[in-house]
Amino acid sequence: MDFTLSKEHEMARSLFREFAQKEVKPLAIEVDETEEFPKETTRKMQKQGFMGIPVPKEYGGQGCDTLTYAMCVEELSKVCATTGVIVSAHTSLCAEPIKKFGTPAQKEKYLVPLANGEKLGAFGLTEPNAGTDASGQQTKAVLNGDHYILNGSKIFITNGKEADIYIVFAMTDKSKGTRGISAFIVEKDYPGFSFGTKEKKMGIRGSSTYELIFTDCIVPKENLLGDEGKGFGIAMQTLDGGRIGIAAQALGIAAGALEATIAYVKERKQFGKPISAFQNTQFQIADMATKVDAARMLVYRAAIAKDTQKKFSVEAAMAKLYASEVAMEVTTKAVQLHGGYGYTREYEVERMMRDAKITEIYEGTSEVQRMVISASLL
Amino acid sequence: MKIIVCVKQVPDTNEVKINPVTGTLIREGVPSIMNPDDKAGLEAALAIKEETGAEVTVISMGPAQADIMLREAMAMGADHAYLISDRAFGGADTLATSSTIAAAIKDLEYDLIITGRQAIDGDTAQVGPQIAEHLGIPNVSYAEDIKVEGNALIVKRQYEDRYHMVKVQMPCLVTALGEMNKPRYMTPGGIFDAFREKQVTILTRKDLDIEDKVIGLKGSPTKVAQSWPISVKPAGTKATDLDPQEAAEAIVEKLKEKFIF
Amino acid sequence: MNLEEYKGVFVFVEQIDRSITGVSFELIGKAKELAQDLDTNVTAVLLGDSIKELAEELTVYGADRVIVIDDPALKEYTTEPYTHAMDQVIREFKPEVVLYGATSIGRDLAPRVSARVKTGLTADCTKLEVDAVTKNLRMTRPAFGGNLMATILCPEHRPQMATVRPGVMKKAKKNPEAKAELIEFAPVFEKNNKYVEVLEVIKKETNKIDIQDAKILVSGGRGVGSKENFELLQDLADAIKGTVSSSRASVDANWVEKDRQVGQTGKTVRPDVYFAIGISGAIQHLAGMQESDYIIAVNKDETAPIFDVADYGVVGDLNKILPLLTEQIKAAKSAK
Repeated sequence: MDFTLSKEHEMARSLFREFAQKEVKPLAIEVDETEEFPKETTRKMQKQGFMGIPVPKEYGGQGCDTLTYAMCVEELSKVCATTGVIVSAHTSLCAEPIKKFGTPAQKEKYLVPLANGEKLGAFGLTEPNAGTDASGQQTKAVLNGDHYILNGSKIFITNGKEADIYIVFAMTDKSKGTRGISAFIVEKDYPGFSFGTKEKKMGIRGSSTYELIFTDCIVPKENLLGDEGKGFGIAMQTLDGGRIGIAAQALGIAAGALEATIAYVKERKQFGKPISAFQNTQFQIADMATKVDAARMLVYRAAIAKDTQKKFSVEAAMAKLYASEVAMEVTTKAVQLHGGYGYTREYEVERMMRDAKITEIYEGTSEVQRMVISASLL
Repeated sequence: MKIIVCVKQVPDTNEVKINPVTGTLIREGVPSIMNPDDKAGLEAALAIKEETGAEVTVISMGPAQADIMLREAMAMGADHAYLISDRAFGGADTLATSSTIAAAIKDLEYDLIITGRQAIDGDTAQVGPQIAEHLGIPNVSYAEDIKVEGNALIVKRQYEDRYHMVKVQMPCLVTALGEMNKPRYMTPGGIFDAFREKQVTILTRKDLDIEDKVIGLKGSPTKVAQSWPISVKPAGTKATDLDPQEAAEAIVEKLKEKFIF
Repeated sequence: MNLEEYKGVFVFVEQIDRSITGVSFELIGKAKELAQDLDTNVTAVLLGDSIKELAEELTVYGADRVIVIDDPALKEYTTEPYTHAMDQVIREFKPEVVLYGATSIGRDLAPRVSARVKTGLTADCTKLEVDAVTKNLRMTRPAFGGNLMATILCPEHRPQMATVRPGVMKKAKKNPEAKAELIEFAPVFEKNNKYVEVLEVIKKETNKIDIQDAKILVSGGRGVGSKENFELLQDLADAIKGTVSSSRASVDANWVEKDRQVGQTGKTVRPDVYFAIGISGAIQHLAGMQESDYIIAVNKDETAPIFDVADYGVVGDLNKILPLLTEQIKAAKSAK
């Protein structure tokens, strides 16, 4: 068992860190306050190859691995969780299922522009009445000659409206339950596809979270992803991978809050000395650092497992469960150690605490992760 | 077109701290980076590569650890990398360093050599012009912009109060200012290629056609007699009882001490 | 190499548009001191096109001898003909020491000359002295990003060459009575592959504002009191060739544009000199500027935290101190 990173991973981390510090961090406050999607940053990341890290070069990607991708999301999320989830949702939830389940023609048409940065991707599974219980899909798809007609809506869709390509799930045969769900590749400008309201959120406020509305939306037959009726499996496998991205995001938020807090407690003076000289601060920092590191081990293990093992659901679930709870705990402590300043918008830990919460909820709540983990044991 | 970019691995001098007790430099934990002016030079070369399809080779002289910086250069887009590394070259001053690098470059094909104006650890700005002299080619220093025009370059050469637009025939050497551009980032795939597909060619003493008397410590006319850290920043002073005239005078004195004017 | 053959302290005189730059006079001032310790004299080397009459100026500032090379090839500074000229001077006159200004001309010319004559060169010296015993030149310079000082020798090669930072050495007093020997030297300039062509000369316009690029920042906070009062800071900045920046309080009060804000929610700066004027030094501000090389604080409040990070602090009224400071800086500059 080797816990050292290879030189290429070390260098990739330094790249992500430098990019995050120089290009992302200066905008983090503004992105949060204006709730505007960071288009310019996204364009830079697209140009920079960040949107196709684990995609093979033959499909326009960088030809790296899942660990490198996770490190990218981690470093971005250290300074701006909004930016982290843009990469995560695009890569794990849109590029990845096409890479895994797409036909050669679908890969050529969709995976290449997603990976080389020309197009942005999103994923639509959740509906008003189908959250944790994704089997309750109401959106319907009916085959009509050479195309499907989709009707229904999806909510809480990350990268909504900003993305060009959407993986959308719909019932093709209601009578078969989960085996009646199919997956489709839907382009933004397909007729009958529109966007509803934008969510106003507690955290990751620059992330574009929209409702997707399908009204007799026409999707070419060749845009069926995988076989008809295989959509539920595709969704679940996709979410296994997505959880690694969200776990990396949570890890990044926690690590970012820890870094900010370490810097702060060394500067902030009370009773004539820096508050880092007080044992309470030291012990809090020690606990935070230990948990962040433990989260990192789980996240990296899951990332490596995805590339080397047939199944990695449990590893991914553990990573997401733990990292997201650590993110919440560490950011809360970070605000506490910052005192009154920590509660103001002038310091970033306040935003990090708000951003952290979503990691316990989306792409499977902590409770879902516990179900996955316990099911493998009992 | 073939471009050689000379790059140096340097300690990030912004990160150097002085031990407040002993007054010595703390070199441990100081990250090593590609010298900023050199990185701008590399960016200029890569921009020309994008435009003309030029081939970009990076070359460095230094210890084996400089490998990582050359990989970084390749991850940014350089095609080939050479590392001149041998104990025999150790202790070189700028003249011996430039002789050694020129000897290595002499055996390579080039139309253009780019170096950074100066390295942040030495700040001498000497090695670039000296390499050009050894190779018998023209140099233009302090470049803020480079354009290829046929067999020549048009270089925007910076002076304190002006620029010269200089036309120089290739082969030639240009020293690049850090402010000439914003170097591109590496790409993730470029990093993987730099380690898995490309290599760094090591050049040792026996690979270079050069006389012993011009390399290393022996080949260095200048010697460091002594060096010492600039004293630890003392606790600041605070003048509480000066009238405005005295206060202004005191500040002017301080500025003079700092060579501000 | 017979070191004994090399005599005299030589100064490369930098002229631009037929006007001698200040550093050249400073070098002559230093050269006089060195020449005294070496029991020799000072030679100024003046290169250019139609510049002969400038020799007089060098004489009154202390040159014992002026070598003039007056040639059209030397009209605008370019590396090769200037290198050729200095190389020929060194071969012909065999100086013991040659000094250049550490300017964008000197820092290009001197290394090229050093490689041609195969001698050592020490860059950006801040101190030059003669070793009492060996009579070698001791050249002291900052290194390692200004964290170290180093004294360099060039014991076995001649000439000993150094570039010297402008503004460090003192000009000698003018002596209108002084006489110097004038030597017109005329090496042959033949075009070769190393010649370049100056297509255009572009004078720099006033620089754009980026507080992160500024070497000197004059930063104002709440204590400045009003938008109008920021003009006091602007005057100071103009006098010292600095840039005005500010704390968040001044930006929030609309006294200053946001892109000049230093601190947690503004920019991080590390200029050579940072003036904190009427800035109390809240932790968010300190985060953006405490890496500055030299911090000067002016504040009415003796207990302001800015004084904890300031290298030099003055407790007092900025409205009174600033105009006087600006005036004195102007006076000091024009006296040079």
